[in-house]
Amino acid sequence: MAKTIVVTSGKGGVGKTTSTAAIGAGLAKRGHKTVVIDFDVGLRNLDLIMGCERRVVFDLINVIQGDAKLKQALVKDRRLDTLSVLPTSQTRDKDALTPEGVEKVLGELKEEFDYIICDSPAGIERGAHLAMYYADEAIVVTNPEVSSVRDSDRVLGLLNSKTWRAEKGDGDPVKAHLLLTRYDTDRVAKGEMMPIDDVLEILAIPLLGIIPESTTVLRASNVGMPVVMDEKSNAGRAYEDAVSRLIGEQIEMRIPPEERPSLLRRFLGRGA
Amino acid sequence: MFRFLRQQPRRSDSAKAAKERLQILLAHDRSDRARDDLLPLLQRDILEVVKRHMRVDSDAVEIKLQRGDDMSSLEINIEVPDAQSRQAG
Ligand SMILES: Nc1ncnc2c1ncn2[C@@H]1O[C@H](COP(=O)(O)OP(=O)(O)OP(=O)(O)O)[C@@H](O)[C@H]1O
Ligand SMILES: [Mg+2]
Repeated sequence: MAKTIVVTSGKGGVGKTTSTAAIGAGLAKRGHKTVVIDFDVGLRNLDLIMGCERRVVFDLINVIQGDAKLKQALVKDRRLDTLSVLPTSQTRDKDALTPEGVEKVLGELKEEFDYIICDSPAGIERGAHLAMYYADEAIVVTNPEVSSVRDSDRVLGLLNSKTWRAEKGDGDPVKAHLLLTRYDTDRVAKGEMMPIDDVLEILAIPLLGIIPESTTVLRASNVGMPVVMDEKSNAGRAYEDAVSRLIGEQIEMRIPPEERPSLLRRFLGRGA
Repeated sequence: MFRFLRQQPRRSDSAKAAKERLQILLAHDRSDRARDDLLPLLQRDILEVVKRHMRVDSDAVEIKLQRGDDMSSLEINIEVPDAQSRQAG
């Protein structure tokens, strides 16, 4: 059974696209047929983060409007043959995305893929609404910071009321997971950043993973490589752990240490 | 020796303030949301009952829910056709 998972947050810039790429690639690495879809109509960044922007010919909107077949719009990843990208268009027409169109595309994708990962735009408008509407599960990307936590709470409310599962489904509601990103252990230790437990207590949903603030994320995006493909990246390892939990493995929660040695350690020659 | 240095950070603890503010704020957000979900349903049901007994417009029912710290109130206004127009009609 194919699973549709939305990566959402309310607040912008918290790491949804980075997480979509990393988790999509992580699932594909384990042999699951995975497609990542960009719902951020008008901005279109997922193809760039995935490193396939030059091979985009058609997009989600072309498929919805009947100008291209789904097969023509899907871009196969060159590194992982189980991974595909469905890019979006840069059109400014917000109405280009229709519920019927999205439902049809997702229906077709379900026949071919095991996992369909939807990269939501920020906000709670049309694009974000449609990205979550048909989801079975949701990854709520949150930074340990007041406005991000508040927006995540709002999004959790929407997942429970404004989705297909909430409105028409007669089974389970959308299963929500918390993905805490840009977590900075040093700043938490200094009392400048909320610790994991506090965020968990407030949002009260199961924790999928903790992704540390890491310089490797920018590096990976520079070259168009999902961060899980960088073996040296601590953020990549944290995403791998999150993927394991997503597919039901029980693994201990840990925060991979930043590979960049602290100044002090470098002086002492203990740096890695 | 260095561990000692590392364990003596200046605890600003603004993070604690963040948590406390969020807890208060989210309690409000959540009750606002619950209210937003409730009011249209309440309005629909009241209108249905009133319509069973008299002819009113579909927008005749207006409700307001006000939450205060000590007291909350539910205000329901129903506009009914006045006697004159009823006689005329
Ligand atoms: N763990 C991390 N460590 C350091 N930087 C990160 C991390 N995660 C994301 N970033 C950086 O944060 C920025 C925003 O990330 P991203 O584009 O994934 O967010 P988004 O939620 O998709 O944004 P938008 O709401 O605009 O779609 C990028 O510059 C990215 O490199
Ligand atoms: Mg994005």
